[in-house]
Amino acid sequence: MIVATIAFYIFAGVAIAAGFMVIAARNPVHSVLFLILAFFNAAGLFVLMGAEFLAMILIIVYVGAVAVLFLFVVMMLDIDFAELREGFLQYMPIGALIGLIVLLELLLVAGTWTLAPEVASLAASPIPPMADVTNAEAIGQVMYTQYVYFFQAAGMVLLVAMIGAIVLTLRKKPDAQRQSIPDQVARTAETAVELKKVEPGQGL
Amino acid sequence: METALAMPDLGPALAEIILAVGAMALLMLGVFRGDGSSRAVSIGSIALLIVAAFAVISQPDERVLTFGGAFVMDGFAIVMKCLVLAGSAIAIVMAQSFMARENIDRFEFPVLILLATLGMIMMVSANGLIALYMGLELQSLALYVVASFHRDNTRSTEAGLKYFVLGALASGMLLYGSSLIYGFSGTTNFDVLAGVIAMNGMSTGLIFGLVFLMAGLAFKISAVPFHMWTPDVYEGAPTPVTAFFAAAPKIAAMALFLRVMYGGFADAVFQWQQVVVFISIASMVLGAFAAIGQTNIKRLMAYSSIGHMGFALVGLAAGTPEGVKGVVIYLTIYLIMNAGVFCCILAMRHKEGPVEEISDLAGLSQNQPMLAAVFAMLMFSLAGIPPLAGFFAKFYVFLAAINAGLYALAIIGVLASVVGAFYYLRVVKIIYFDDPAPAFAGPMGSEIRAVLAVSALFTLLFILYPTPVLKMAEGAANSLVPTVEAAEAPAAAAESAH
Amino acid sequence: MAELWTTYGFPLFIIVGQSLGVLVGLLLFTAYILYADRKIFAAVQMRRGPNVVGPWGLLQSFADLTKFLFKEAIIPSSANKGIYLLAPVITATLALSAWAVIPFDDGWVVADINVGLLYVLAFSSLGVYGIIMGGWASNSKYPFMGALRSAAQMVSYEVSLGFIVVCVLMTAGSMNLSDIVRAQDTGAGMFGWYWLIHFPAFVIFFISAIAETNRPPFDLPEAESELVAGYATEYSSTPFLLFFLGEFVAINLMAAMVTILFLGGWLPPFDWGPLHAVPGIIWFVLKVCFVFFLFAMVRAYVPRYRYDQLMRLGWKVFLPLSLGWVVVTAGVLVAFDLAP
Repeated sequence: MIVATIAFYIFAGVAIAAGFMVIAARNPVHSVLFLILAFFNAAGLFVLMGAEFLAMILIIVYVGAVAVLFLFVVMMLDIDFAELREGFLQYMPIGALIGLIVLLELLLVAGTWTLAPEVASLAASPIPPMADVTNAEAIGQVMYTQYVYFFQAAGMVLLVAMIGAIVLTLRKKPDAQRQSIPDQVARTAETAVELKKVEPGQGL
Repeated sequence: METALAMPDLGPALAEIILAVGAMALLMLGVFRGDGSSRAVSIGSIALLIVAAFAVISQPDERVLTFGGAFVMDGFAIVMKCLVLAGSAIAIVMAQSFMARENIDRFEFPVLILLATLGMIMMVSANGLIALYMGLELQSLALYVVASFHRDNTRSTEAGLKYFVLGALASGMLLYGSSLIYGFSGTTNFDVLAGVIAMNGMSTGLIFGLVFLMAGLAFKISAVPFHMWTPDVYEGAPTPVTAFFAAAPKIAAMALFLRVMYGGFADAVFQWQQVVVFISIASMVLGAFAAIGQTNIKRLMAYSSIGHMGFALVGLAAGTPEGVKGVVIYLTIYLIMNAGVFCCILAMRHKEGPVEEISDLAGLSQNQPMLAAVFAMLMFSLAGIPPLAGFFAKFYVFLAAINAGLYALAIIGVLASVVGAFYYLRVVKIIYFDDPAPAFAGPMGSEIRAVLAVSALFTLLFILYPTPVLKMAEGAANSLVPTVEAAEAPAAAAESAH
Repeated sequence: MAELWTTYGFPLFIIVGQSLGVLVGLLLFTAYILYADRKIFAAVQMRRGPNVVGPWGLLQSFADLTKFLFKEAIIPSSANKGIYLLAPVITATLALSAWAVIPFDDGWVVADINVGLLYVLAFSSLGVYGIIMGGWASNSKYPFMGALRSAAQMVSYEVSLGFIVVCVLMTAGSMNLSDIVRAQDTGAGMFGWYWLIHFPAFVIFFISAIAETNRPPFDLPEAESELVAGYATEYSSTPFLLFFLGEFVAINLMAAMVTILFLGGWLPPFDWGPLHAVPGIIWFVLKVCFVFFLFAMVRAYVPRYRYDQLMRLGWKVFLPLSLGWVVVTAGVLVAFDLAP
């Protein structure tokens, strides 16, 4: 178990350090890269817990797609971060106060952590033993049965996001030239080529 | 596989399924028919909302759970869903001609309203933290988009962006609270949660979770201190969208608030009552005082809605079935008054486009005496002056507060409504006694006139025949807050949930 | 101490040994794949291709390697140095690490994990990072445009790749790559492999694999007629070599994935005794070479796409088709109770 423990502390430590660097890095592109590093280490933690399916999905979805788009956007923005930080000192006391309050709350919460034994038995869906099924199977068994409502609701949320993106950004340009693949495919020699008899010396 | 569960019972969620499938069908219709189809899609949406309302009404009155206990259908849900559906239908009716005039009548608008409505009725039926969040997020995302629907207008874009950023913050708080609640109770289901609290009481973690959850919910009903977005969003969004914001989402969020407090945290009345009393007083007072300085009618309505949510929260703070009854009555009357007022605001339009300054109303009594009279009457009603409907709305919540022993709250509420009366009456004074401003252009559309007429008649005649509304509210309250002998029911339901 | 050795040290030793074995084999294979690519391209154009270094030019790749290694590495003065140098390393490392789960024969796999399919998908989707980091860090216009093109292109085609992979794993009932190959061993030889029953998916996967690896005709990120050399414009010497290597290893990976998912991995083409006597790895390598031959022929024959055509193909043709194929596959599996 020593190796697992060491691995845990490495992943957790790097994740936290990377998370800190996300907000501390001066260059926004570096921030995103640190964010990706944090995602990777979170995936590593999932693997340590035996949730390899979640780990891979985390990498495919967040690192492979979401963070790419982040990076895409951040690279194209021209932000002067020195300017953004100008008001920083001014808001620092309030920010620090809020941070302190949240920290105190967390300490308070962690200090009074009591999970009654009967509560555990009330949990709606106990996890099947890991030896019996792989965790992809375990998720699959409840995803479309017990949690079908949430699954469908999440689908609707994504649909709204898609409609919203299109409504707010798609602009029809009436004078834009568009390619019509079916028309091109439907062209034959008869419709495309015209033979003309040209008299020598006359031109067309 | 032996663990495969049977198909969940879809019956209780009939209205949601109808709305979801119908919205997607209308979306396809719009996409394939192109830009000219916005009117057809609007009419289809209204029809769909009516069908969904019938599907809601046809549900049995008793409490039914489905989807593994995540979805609940009871008398309370029926009433609230009908109110929400009515609010959305009115918004679509009011929007059509306005959007066409502003050249933003795209078919996505009614579809987005439908999807927002779907989120709202899911919120009303949420019986767990995940269902709560899903419904809330579906609703909010659609609302962010419709707020900036006039995308070539900077103020509309700003409204959408501001709403989105602050809304995301509120969602974050709500999720943080939810995770604390889940961590300390081991469940996301409200029935089980109620059982856990009854058994073990409120731990510190649960209280913190509850406070964060309430902060998120308070944002959605724009209660003080989470109200900052309201005036800007109301002012920037297209007027029919503002009308929609002021009604249906508030009702749904308030229903959710009631559901969480009386469902999951029924045994923690003492803990949440203080918070609710505080945000109620703050909302009432701020709504009353901040509205005085406003010159824009939509900003004024924003502060008015903050104040009204404060009054509605008085009923919630009572923590009794009577309080729930008061809230339901309040929301019903508020929905109808609000629709009328926004019909009047939609009529404020010069040839060049809509105007929103209160001073533009001057001389309305001479130019359009009928409209002026109705507008003034609605303002009196919003101020809560008897014998109009708005008075009874306030009357029932204050009565509940007094019966629950919250005298201070009731007194502050009455004082706030006196201050609030000042700015409503100022509008009336401008309409009747100020030097006339240029007259508004054109007649109102017949559909807006119809909505206005219904609203005005209801406000005026509520005193003569209040029984249906009172009965409906009473039924809803009794189904949400079970009487003593039915108190065993949640525990039994929790058993059957897993 | 001895216990520590048996529980951790020895397995670690084995894993390092296996990885090194795979690595060396793979790099040698890549060297000759590169040679083959140029020879095929030349043959189509009726040229001779590389024929000077070594007999028939067989050592050409090694000559190139030496050249890249000994040239000066130039770093543009305004480049973001750290990321500029990190990008090619990331590309090469990620492309090589994906090979850890590829089964070369029954049981011949470095890490036989349950979610092997997702692992490969994850690492191939990460390939884009090397390209966009390189393009951005070069601080130059053409590389940046190449990087943006590449990001959009790879994200687009990943979607249909993912859906097709879902079809295959539904049919096989596992995400373990070895199990997927075993599920194709139906006794019908090559007609039991998934290329036949999933033929449309096979075609889409093949084309998406080309797009995902930025090969012609989808090599917009490095289109020399528009962007000089795209994201690699500012690179030279060893960093460029690493990019180049990573790209070709990723192409081999895609060829291996086509082999495993649709062409029966290490299985012989006919279920006939003597063919089973041939080691599985031979069949595997032959199939990979065959798929790569197809890649090379596509490169030689098909003219480059325009960028909007590329996006249209990805989102408007492949996405609906592959999504439809998921529905059809799931429907057939459920309707006839075939699901494993």
